[in-house]
Amino acid sequence: MTIIPVDRAGRAGTSGARPVLEARGLTKHFPVRRGARQAMVHAVEDVTLALPDGGITAVVGESGSGKSTLARMLAQLIKPTAGTVLLDGAAAPGRRRYASAVQLVLQDPFSSLNPVHSVRYHLARPLQIHGLNGTGNGHGLDSLVADLLTRVSLTPAEQFAAKYPHELSGGQRQRVAIARALAVQPRVLLADEPVSMLDVSIRLGVLNLLAGLRENEGLTILYVTHDIASARYLADVIAVMYAGEVIESGPAAQVTDQPAHPYTQLLLSAAPDPDRTRPPSLAGRGAPPNLIQPPSGCRFHPRCPHAMQVCAQDRPSAVAVALGHSSACWLHAKDLTSAQSRPLPAAGRGTDSQPAGPDADAAPGPGSGEEKR
Amino acid sequence: MSESLIEVSGLCVDYGLGAGAVHAVVDAELTLRRGEVLGLAGESGSGKSTLAYAITRLLRSPGVITAGQARFGSSVNLLTAGQRQLRGLRWNEIAVVLQSSMNALNPVLSIGVQLSDVLRAHRPGMSRAARRARSGELLEMVGIPADRLGNFPHELSGGMRQRVMIATALALDPSVVIMDEPTTALDVVTQREILEELMALRDRLGFAVLFISHDLSLLVEVADSIAVMYAGRLVERAGANAIFRAPRHPYSLGLLSSFPPLHGPRRVMEGIPGSPPDLRDAPAGCTFHPRCRFAFDRCRHDPPPLLDLEHGTRTVACWRQDGTAVVPPELARAGPGAPDPAAIGGQP
Repeated sequence: MTIIPVDRAGRAGTSGARPVLEARGLTKHFPVRRGARQAMVHAVEDVTLALPDGGITAVVGESGSGKSTLARMLAQLIKPTAGTVLLDGAAAPGRRRYASAVQLVLQDPFSSLNPVHSVRYHLARPLQIHGLNGTGNGHGLDSLVADLLTRVSLTPAEQFAAKYPHELSGGQRQRVAIARALAVQPRVLLADEPVSMLDVSIRLGVLNLLAGLRENEGLTILYVTHDIASARYLADVIAVMYAGEVIESGPAAQVTDQPAHPYTQLLLSAAPDPDRTRPPSLAGRGAPPNLIQPPSGCRFHPRCPHAMQVCAQDRPSAVAVALGHSSACWLHAKDLTSAQSRPLPAAGRGTDSQPAGPDADAAPGPGSGEEKR
Repeated sequence: MSESLIEVSGLCVDYGLGAGAVHAVVDAELTLRRGEVLGLAGESGSGKSTLAYAITRLLRSPGVITAGQARFGSSVNLLTAGQRQLRGLRWNEIAVVLQSSMNALNPVLSIGVQLSDVLRAHRPGMSRAARRARSGELLEMVGIPADRLGNFPHELSGGMRQRVMIATALALDPSVVIMDEPTTALDVVTQREILEELMALRDRLGFAVLFISHDLSLLVEVADSIAVMYAGRLVERAGANAIFRAPRHPYSLGLLSSFPPLHGPRRVMEGIPGSPPDLRDAPAGCTFHPRCRFAFDRCRHDPPPLLDLEHGTRTVACWRQDGTAVVPPELARAGPGAPDPAAIGGQP
């Protein structure tokens, strides 16, 4: 197992580091057919995110929050509708050069490896394609493959190189997928839910592997996850996404200990926590909105327990609440007029979302009127 | 202590027959009491679902029950009951909620039809109007407005579909509900809402729940007691708090330290080295020994029996706990109630 310094929280201030990869105003709208009409799913809206050199940034969100779409745009697998991706401050270079700097690891190691090819083939391919096969003869390639396997703790490497995906466990497959991504010596690793398909007892091993790669090799990592506790464990910086927007970002421990946005607060109160002594109270029940017609203003306002008039009208921009910690919420805006800050009546919250869960004492939300217990 | 509803002892389930059989569940002991929420924790392949299917006799070929007993109440032997008797028990007394509600609901029937179908099959005397009224009542019970009865499964969100599954399970007022990963596919907020509803319904209707989940941190919150399975064997059973504060089995300890905490200082956690065994070739002795940092010679040769600990309030299958070996301090923490500074994460 890789040795990792005990407190990673100390690195939280990496915001000063130069960003390797940057998303500026990234937006993605997917066309869908709705009957005869064409509609747009507003999957990601105006996301700006910088990955500091040698830092681990986590993007946390529920399903449909746009976190994977963001990762795929950063990997240049899909083209953004608007906005730009900057590598080292410059527009992204050509496909192959970009791929040699930025690599993506997918969620499902059962489908991301080709069942008819050996581990050796999976690792040798990118080396050959990117012209990294050392001396050009097979021996150089073999030692590079062995080196990759050792870096992801799959030893003895010769044995693992000869295996096929079906001979490996889920955790081992994910390590092969990570090794494959590392083959081209990328500077940025985009990991899209890399552990959610794995058994609980082996998840930490893969997370620790990622932490070790950053620690020992200075790899910059984007960790996309729905599990805010694992983001807190691994990352320096957490960005929370809701309905396609980044609504809060800041140092990992600070975002989880003092969440500034009502949605982050909701997410944390809903997360499993054995330390809890009494059941949590959820503020903002219900489900994320329909992204074909996202709510006006703040996309969280139909569920928000603190919603004000202004929230239904104008999209909040990110406001700094502490050093390196910002939240896109009108609660943190200063100089709102009294008309703007008037509480929003439940009826005024136009939304397309599913009715919220029941609970009479919950905040008024869409659908909560007809619930009973 | 309240009466036991389901009592399982020495239950063994194999997949396949003869020498090539995979021992999916070995010697399971389990007691579910009236009104209790019993969490069954384990990773994929640990046999937790197989155990539940065996108890309900829903096991499909090539699954075979090879030994053991399972009783419902004082009179019914679940493993020998005939189809007729099972038909009377299923849904009436023991209902099941499956993991993927997407597949469990029929996509071409409205949920109202599916709910009243249960009633029509099991309550033949009920009138059409009464069935409809009861279906609406059931939906509202799980927080869905009754006017949604005409909706089809695809018109409902994942969370609502899972709620419909729970409503269906509760249609006949069962005394036991078996839930196999009921919220695993859902987002955390929806998961939390459904769990809250479930617990409120449990308090109101008094059914017992066998809650199967891989998420031990969630089980600690919702269950009264927890049984932990590993490679087909029950390795520990104790009160939820006792497991969390003072695990006695190295696997429970490892599983608990596989969930990063939401508070407190961030420290490096180790999880459990290695990966779960292949049941076709399970290790000799204690199946956990290759991954166990406390293993000694005996663990490699003899499978540990379930030992009663702490005046019979908990059981554990570990040679470290039989009174002859040295118990490492991690496995000898003071239980809940006693001040315990070493407890994982500490109080917020």
